[in-house]
Amino acid sequence: MASYKTLEFDVLVIGAGGAGLRAAIEASAAGAKVGVVSKSLLGKAHTVMAEGGVAASIGNVDDRDNWRVHFSDTMRGGQYLNNPRMAEIHAKEAPARVLELEAWGALFDRTKDGRILQRNFGGHKFPRLAHVGDRTGLEMIRTLQDHAIHKQIDFHMECTVVTLLKHDGRVTGAFGYYREHGQFVVIRANAIVLATGGIGKSFSITSNSWEYTADGHALAYRAGADLMDMEFVQFHPTGMVWPPSVRGILVTEGVRGEGGVLRNSQGKRFMFDDIPDLYKNQTAKDEEEGWRYVTGDKDANRPPELLTRDHVARCINREVKEGRGSPHGGVYLDIAWIKEKIPNAQEHIKKKLPSMYHQFKELAGVDITTEAMEVGPTCHYVMGGVRVDAETQMSTVPGLFAAGECAAGLHGANRLGGNSLSDLLVFGKRAGEHAAAFALGQTGPFPDANAQVADAAAWAEEPFARDQNGDNPFRVQHDLQAMMHAKVGIVRIDSEMREALDDLKSLGERSLAAPVSGNRDFNPGWHTAMDMRNMLTVAEAVTLAAVERQESRGAHFRDDFPAKDPEAAKFNIVLRQGSDGAMQVVRTPVVARTDEQDAVIKEMG
Amino acid sequence: MAKVNFKIWRGEKGDGGYKEYTTEVTEGMVVLDAVHQIQAETAPDLAVRWNCKAGKCGSCSAEINGKPRLMCMTRCSDLPLHEGVTIEPMQAFPHLRDLVTDVSFNYRAKKQIKPFKPRKPDAPDGTWRMSQVDVEKAQEFRKCIECYLCQNVCHVLREHAKHDEFIGPRLFVYSAALEMHPLDTEDRLKDLKDRDGIGYCNITKCCTTVCPEHITITDNAIIPLKERVVDAFYDPLAKLFRGLGKKKS
Ligand SMILES: Cc1cc2nc3c(=O)[nH]c(=O)nc-3n(C[C@H](O)[C@H](O)[C@H](O)COP(=O)(O)OP(=O)(O)OC[C@H]3O[C@@H](n4cnc5c(N)ncnc54)[C@H](O)[C@@H]3O)c2cc1C
Ligand code: SF4
Ligand code: SF4
Ligand code: FES
Repeated sequence: MASYKTLEFDVLVIGAGGAGLRAAIEASAAGAKVGVVSKSLLGKAHTVMAEGGVAASIGNVDDRDNWRVHFSDTMRGGQYLNNPRMAEIHAKEAPARVLELEAWGALFDRTKDGRILQRNFGGHKFPRLAHVGDRTGLEMIRTLQDHAIHKQIDFHMECTVVTLLKHDGRVTGAFGYYREHGQFVVIRANAIVLATGGIGKSFSITSNSWEYTADGHALAYRAGADLMDMEFVQFHPTGMVWPPSVRGILVTEGVRGEGGVLRNSQGKRFMFDDIPDLYKNQTAKDEEEGWRYVTGDKDANRPPELLTRDHVARCINREVKEGRGSPHGGVYLDIAWIKEKIPNAQEHIKKKLPSMYHQFKELAGVDITTEAMEVGPTCHYVMGGVRVDAETQMSTVPGLFAAGECAAGLHGANRLGGNSLSDLLVFGKRAGEHAAAFALGQTGPFPDANAQVADAAAWAEEPFARDQNGDNPFRVQHDLQAMMHAKVGIVRIDSEMREALDDLKSLGERSLAAPVSGNRDFNPGWHTAMDMRNMLTVAEAVTLAAVERQESRGAHFRDDFPAKDPEAAKFNIVLRQGSDGAMQVVRTPVVARTDEQDAVIKEMG
Repeated sequence: MAKVNFKIWRGEKGDGGYKEYTTEVTEGMVVLDAVHQIQAETAPDLAVRWNCKAGKCGSCSAEINGKPRLMCMTRCSDLPLHEGVTIEPMQAFPHLRDLVTDVSFNYRAKKQIKPFKPRKPDAPDGTWRMSQVDVEKAQEFRKCIECYLCQNVCHVLREHAKHDEFIGPRLFVYSAALEMHPLDTEDRLKDLKDRDGIGYCNITKCCTTVCPEHITITDNAIIPLKERVVDAFYDPLAKLFRGLGKKKS
């Protein structure tokens, strides 16, 4: 059998983004022996890329804010498919989690009286996002990283998990490889926290990196856990569209929070044309009121540019489709116009949005303080993920926990900006705490896993044995992305999705035949060959769930069912592996709201 | 649109040489795009690190035509393409494979530095008050994306390989972020002087020049730290105060 190294922990955390680091810190504080693995180096996970901020109703800028408003904003944004208990826990605990970061060294921007400053963001009623310019994720991951390295946590960087090990129905470890030299590793643990992030690499225009190959989702699925809400893939309305090589790179919603407006090729602020009923009495009546809102007038309502992402993305799509787009197939996002309103606008923009300024200057040759940006929708986030218990974050498989983007429940049909970073902190902590408790409650030696390990090793080595056929894993990946984007993207229709299911079969065959060259040392071709299995599984989950939901809600829009269906508001869609190995699609009732939760939602109007 | 010749250094553990690849460069492409294109066309096993493709994660550091830069932020059109483009791994770290080097030194060195230790909270609810001007000083250093390009160009590491006695500009920036954090109460000056080798820095400013985050490493981080070290250890009065247990203000 192939040689491998063995590690043993109480709790293994897979992923070193915000959720993984927060979980590891908590599990370690609870007395567990903790190991963390990540595909990239420490500090490079997706969390580092987050820009706009972290949502928490601290109420520093507007003291009318509190957990009840945050809770009802989150539920409304998720179109009431959220797990209400998760939304409640999140809204209640986010302030403490953010303040705790400050005790660990984070330096957020300040209000005039020296407290944490909060900014406006789409779907949040009050200014709620604690931030550091437009590099909040960097501040957050660095704070957690620099805190965690002093906590006796064992970090294994550039180490990718490909399979979970199980015994008697519960998880007992994981099998993976070190990217550097391809050495295999078996990591025994009594509890595992998945914190692997998202799936965005399955689409061609995306703000997500090579890491987002849906590993945690697929690992959980293959281990027998339920996936939920996979039809809800968030397309962020504003990604760069030009030049082609930067297509998809994110333009933070903070631009709109600071007063940026969307215009079509006729110079019209088209977002005023279509305001959903759910938000009618929370939206500005005219441009003047919108501007008053972004400058902090508490009596004003938000401009329509700050409606939820799903809606803004579809409006942009419509403008482009109907021929009112910009030269490269987007629309204009203009922040430079604020010079009509405030003195020193150029300096103000550079100060509030420094990395956006550099990003456009250096990658597109556009000066955002004087010119409008061209933007269009980009795949950004997955609301769906591992179905977990609201209190503990444990999946349906004992000992297997999930937190952060790879878990489902908090965001329902659509995530509000800023609610991910807070999600990582709140549920990362909870997952760490409960994983530690679970692991420390187990006794006895680790059960034998030799057969599972041998299978996993053979599977991992197999790609080198394939015959040359002119194909390679990158091409298969590329074709999968293009296919998913075209057929299961922003606007969906039954016939195309059925084609997608056929295409996935043939892509699956190609991916099993695409040969790998070279050896096991830091070989991206080999890594991609292995990632393909996860991407294909999860692409199938997204497609099957999207076929099943015959309505349009949140991030899921069906051309053949453009309206919301009240019946479909009653269920979430769950995907699990059947005993025959095929993927089953099951409707499960949405977790019922308590009377108190209903009262809060009603009160907030 | 043009076919461009790329010379990429390939090999393992320092053994290897340049390999030439020709690929089509289209409008707006950055060097990392070209590397990916080469990977997809002809060299799937070409090792390279990257994540964000937007200058935010600091993964894709390399030497492009001899200059240390982020591959994702270097536009091909800014290079003399007709002469071809040379891409090599960073030189100051042990080589692993192709464009990937072993940067673990930076993680080890960081772990030695005493962590953040805040003063008691200012308000009964456990929070602090800080003014925007005061946080901005440390915020400049906290912009660091840990690309290690500054470490790569510093002669103390690159030519003199003093990795055991000198933590390098990145970690002076880290130390400065802690020392100039409005809430921090820890004292790292003795470590900076004795263990971290701040004295080796002779202010050549090469580090500042390459920093993609435009952090004024030498002027704003290293020189003030050097001054604090001098004040603490070579200024007799300050020394006396230290002896009496006075900490930095
Ligand atoms: C450009 C951009 C801007 C954003 N801005 C905001 C914002 O302003 N506010 C907000 O709230 N959200 C924002 N988001 C979303 C948010 O950043 C992410 O959802 C969040 O950071 C995900 O964190 P995570 O901890 O779940 O996963 P990540 O930070 O992505 O970490 C995943 C970790 O898992 C590891 N991993 C994955 N698979 C494996 C495997 N098989 N084996 C081992 N390790 C593995 C990875 O290496 C990585 O360490 C933004 C996202 C992007 C892309
Ligand atoms: S200024 Fe100092 S730290 Fe920076 S490169 Fe020169 S010697 Fe190195
Ligand atoms: S200080 Fe600048 S050059 Fe050095 S690691 Fe940080 S970002 Fe890179
Ligand atoms: S890929 Fe993140 S900095 Fe270049």
